[in-house]
Amino acid sequence: MLQSMKHRGPDSTGYALYGTPRGHELVVRFKLAEQAEMSKGFDIHGQVKQRRAEVDRRLAELGAKILEAEPATEYAFRYRIAYEGDRRRLANYVEDVDGAEILSMGLGLELIKDLGDAAQVSGQYQLNGFKGSHAIGHTRMATESDVDIRSAHPYWAYPFADVAVVHNGQLTNYWNGRRALERRGHRFVSNCDSELIAVYLADRMAQGATLKDSMKESIEELDGVFTYLVATSDSLGMAKDVMAAKPMVLYESDRFIALASEEVAIRSVFPHEIDTFDPYEGEVRVWQS
Amino acid sequence: MALMTRATDSGMHTEQLAGRTQQRFFRPEEEARFTYPHAFEVDYGKRAEFDAADLEPSQINLKLRELMSQGYGTIVLKNPGAKHSIAVGILNRLNLEIQGSLGYFGCGLVDGPNIRVRGRVGWSCAENMMAGTVLIEKNAGSTFGAAMRGGDLVCKGDVGARVGIDMKGGTIIIGGRAGAFCGFMMQRGRMVILGDAGKNLGDSMYDGTIFVGGKIAGLGVDAVPGEINEIEADWLERKLKLYGLAAPNGVRSLQKIVAGRQLWNYDNLEPAEKKLIL
Repeated sequence: MLQSMKHRGPDSTGYALYGTPRGHELVVRFKLAEQAEMSKGFDIHGQVKQRRAEVDRRLAELGAKILEAEPATEYAFRYRIAYEGDRRRLANYVEDVDGAEILSMGLGLELIKDLGDAAQVSGQYQLNGFKGSHAIGHTRMATESDVDIRSAHPYWAYPFADVAVVHNGQLTNYWNGRRALERRGHRFVSNCDSELIAVYLADRMAQGATLKDSMKESIEELDGVFTYLVATSDSLGMAKDVMAAKPMVLYESDRFIALASEEVAIRSVFPHEIDTFDPYEGEVRVWQS
Repeated sequence: MALMTRATDSGMHTEQLAGRTQQRFFRPEEEARFTYPHAFEVDYGKRAEFDAADLEPSQINLKLRELMSQGYGTIVLKNPGAKHSIAVGILNRLNLEIQGSLGYFGCGLVDGPNIRVRGRVGWSCAENMMAGTVLIEKNAGSTFGAAMRGGDLVCKGDVGARVGIDMKGGTIIIGGRAGAFCGFMMQRGRMVILGDAGKNLGDSMYDGTIFVGGKIAGLGVDAVPGEINEIEADWLERKLKLYGLAAPNGVRSLQKIVAGRQLWNYDNLEPAEKKLIL
């Protein structure tokens, strides 16, 4: 689906994939450098090794047991860990390592994003063999922030396990919203307005709101034009702003839910004739597996 | 001859592109300048069909043009795959059947063809349409018929927001529901929504008429209810019947929405008529 929308933006591609959870084990995806740095930075390869060793040390210090550690690329890693402690503390401590950013931490969620189109990123991270229940993804044309991994979608809703967001649009009250959330202790890794949605939803859910209620609130409180998708370990949701200014096509059957900015993406999966439609202004939908 | 006089009287001129852009004054007496480039004489009885599954959008449009240049007047396009900008800029009569769905900007800038889309269309279908008929069997995305100037544009299903935004003529008919801001800055023409209409219906409309069969979430600025007259009722009856549609409780039960305020700098006169008054 994502490759068929390459024309929307070839700058970066991201996937939030939901696999089968293994008890309470967490899957952590993190990067220790930007792709561009690997060909330019002085002794960057050595620095990445040192950063990884420091991440391992800090995980051990907090009592996280590394069950599986595999490099996805030279600068991005996938760890399966056993950890029962405070996830925010763990995320903050790991991200305190120079160049480190946790892309996702969850029971089922695995968030992969990098520069390049969908086929390139999928090939680079060997995603073809991934088995799971649902996923969201994004191809990005950088407009208001840089072409780098940290500005690529999806965004993990730090520090909430298994919540990821992709977004099409512009938020006009980004800085006000960001400052309010930062005052509440949330961290932002990019200057991309899409990240605000993920952190906003995480904040609302941390206060006890349901995913759907959080999304409904976001329609009122986030200003601008936007359509976004959010996924959790067992849910998939979409929300559209009150102006309906950004596209979204939806296909819904007893077995499948498919959503995309363009129908051509849905047709790449369902080439036969199906009924699709546009959700309306201010609409919020949540599906549960 | 009437057209030539009107054009001259109103002092119209236009640009003609010949390799590099150069401005030439519009000379209505030169007959050749009244025909479009790439407008073909076609025969409805001559039929062709082709599969677009493996073609890029530009290849599909070139194939259509090639067939029209060979005189084919009935063309069946299979497997469009929701690709964008298909069947645009067709400036002659043609029966075109599209067996599948289109992406964004389908059937835009057409002047004369009859197009039937068996599937759904994405955003901005039939944008700037000038004449002909475009019929969508399923649903449609937002900005359906934006800046349309003439012809009939029909969607039998539901459509998104901003239907007929900046509409300047012609008729749009929606069999189902429509989203917000339909008829925004509408300047002329008629829009018929048989289902519910979203909020801000007819916002800032200058002129034109909107008919709604279902609930209206809210009227926009300057849009006010009107009363259907006999001529409109007859017209609605005939027009809906033409496309196999019917108002839920009869055409007289449709709500009529018109512009409630005459803008100081707007009138609905043709340029030549305006000159006569001035």
